[in-house]
Amino acid sequence: MAKDVAVIGVGQSHFVRGYEGSIRELAFEAFREAMQDAGITQKQVDASIFCSAPEYDKQRSPAGVLAEYLGLIPQPTFYVETVCSSSSTGVKIGYGLIKSGLHDIVVVLGFQKMSEITSAESQERMGRGADIQWEAPFGTMMPAYYALYAQAYMAKNGLTHDDLMNVRVKAATYGQINERAVYRKGVKPEDFDPKNPEAKMAAPVAWPLRVGDCCANADGSSCIILASKKKVKELGIKKPVYILGVGAASEAVNMAARPDFSQGIKVAKIAADVAYKMAGVGPDDIDVAEVHDCFTIAEIMAYEALGFAPVGEGKQLIREKATYKEGKIPVNVDGGLLSKGHPIGATGGSQIRTIVLQLRGEAGPMQVKNPKIGLVHNIGGVGLYGNVTIFGR
Amino acid sequence: MGFEKFGRKSFTAMTKTAKFVDFLAEGKINGTVCKKCGTKYFPPRADCAACFSKEMDWFEMPKKGTLETFTTAMYAPFGFEADPPYTMGVVDFGGGLKLFARLAKDIKPEEVRVGMDVTIRTLTYDDGQLSFEITRA
Repeated sequence: MAKDVAVIGVGQSHFVRGYEGSIRELAFEAFREAMQDAGITQKQVDASIFCSAPEYDKQRSPAGVLAEYLGLIPQPTFYVETVCSSSSTGVKIGYGLIKSGLHDIVVVLGFQKMSEITSAESQERMGRGADIQWEAPFGTMMPAYYALYAQAYMAKNGLTHDDLMNVRVKAATYGQINERAVYRKGVKPEDFDPKNPEAKMAAPVAWPLRVGDCCANADGSSCIILASKKKVKELGIKKPVYILGVGAASEAVNMAARPDFSQGIKVAKIAADVAYKMAGVGPDDIDVAEVHDCFTIAEIMAYEALGFAPVGEGKQLIREKATYKEGKIPVNVDGGLLSKGHPIGATGGSQIRTIVLQLRGEAGPMQVKNPKIGLVHNIGGVGLYGNVTIFGR
Repeated sequence: MGFEKFGRKSFTAMTKTAKFVDFLAEGKINGTVCKKCGTKYFPPRADCAACFSKEMDWFEMPKKGTLETFTTAMYAPFGFEADPPYTMGVVDFGGGLKLFARLAKDIKPEEVRVGMDVTIRTLTYDDGQLSFEITRA
């Protein structure tokens, strides 16, 4: 495995409902933390990449505006978008820019301010990341799309609503100890009981998915600073975390062109295979992982796409608590999208930050015991895009 | 007819496949088939990605299929607020042809099952919008 490009700085804003500031100020929060973490100044940065889902922004072409606010002009800057996986796509492109020798230090900044529109508007806009010509006219939305996968998967593989609930319970276990998460409360099985009038999680949104199966919208930013091996040495970076493998894939937008729904999200499997091959490691080598749990079903399908469990058997990992911090393969021990929140363009960078902190041994109460290799699974749209990135010390 | 007539609410005004809506008015649900290489497409396409041809014919979709998966939406995105609950699903006709649509209102959500035999038919809404839906075989 080649150790040519490293993460030298990570930052993340608090993920919140209703950020009291502009996108410039939101972006600066993650940027400040990442730059101070790396111990560099703007003059040392060769280029910047900004990542978000543009339908939430009133600002057109945000890269130039944000680059100026962050003090990153006159260096080159540009914008990257693959909906919910935008910032892991940004990191992949940053990796390429450095690996090619074109640049030595690249800032990848993901951001999203979702709260200025209502949840229904937000669903409609997120839906525009799917097929607006042939599917949106039926009234589609993100939970409904993932519910199509959930329905077929549950029918075939014996996955139960309690299994899905237990994914949420796990997420909340760690959301409670992640001070950057939007949802800091614990979740108990009673919260999913339809007979309990107080149960906030039980109401169906898009059956079989319930309120508690869905992640929350949030405002937030994330920042990942990448550097060449040469710069890591020059700067004397103490705990560089290297990118060992990058895999990415794309898929048909229309559900009519998707393969067997009970088999999960195809892009994740393809991206994982590419990333594992490039890194020269396999699923058994992963010590800690972040997966794209935009819905509880997505985490179960991710276990299988990443090879942590055979297809159809992902439920065993949650039943055996194997994906808890002390388990065989800890997954989303920062609360995941379910508790941390999902500010679209910032999500991938936030996942990467978590893995980098884990590999440095700086994850605080969420720290997994001595991890050496970590993995990030970040999906855009309804499996329209998939990125799997593998990191090592 | 323009493509703005398609579905409960259309987000696309112009497409070279707008004739699809005229077929709906005739009670037909059509895909496109490449005149050169024979590749079939649903939803319809104006261009063949397999051989680059832009010469396409229309073909009528099969009637018999099975319901591969479905979901019942209990709330709706902006612009569809009056509609919930409604069920949407994917029909597999075999031979690589699938279709996504809402299920007809005459099937109760609790009666819908993965793998059930279904058929498809055209549908005209009260406001004149044209669509298609999945119903019991």
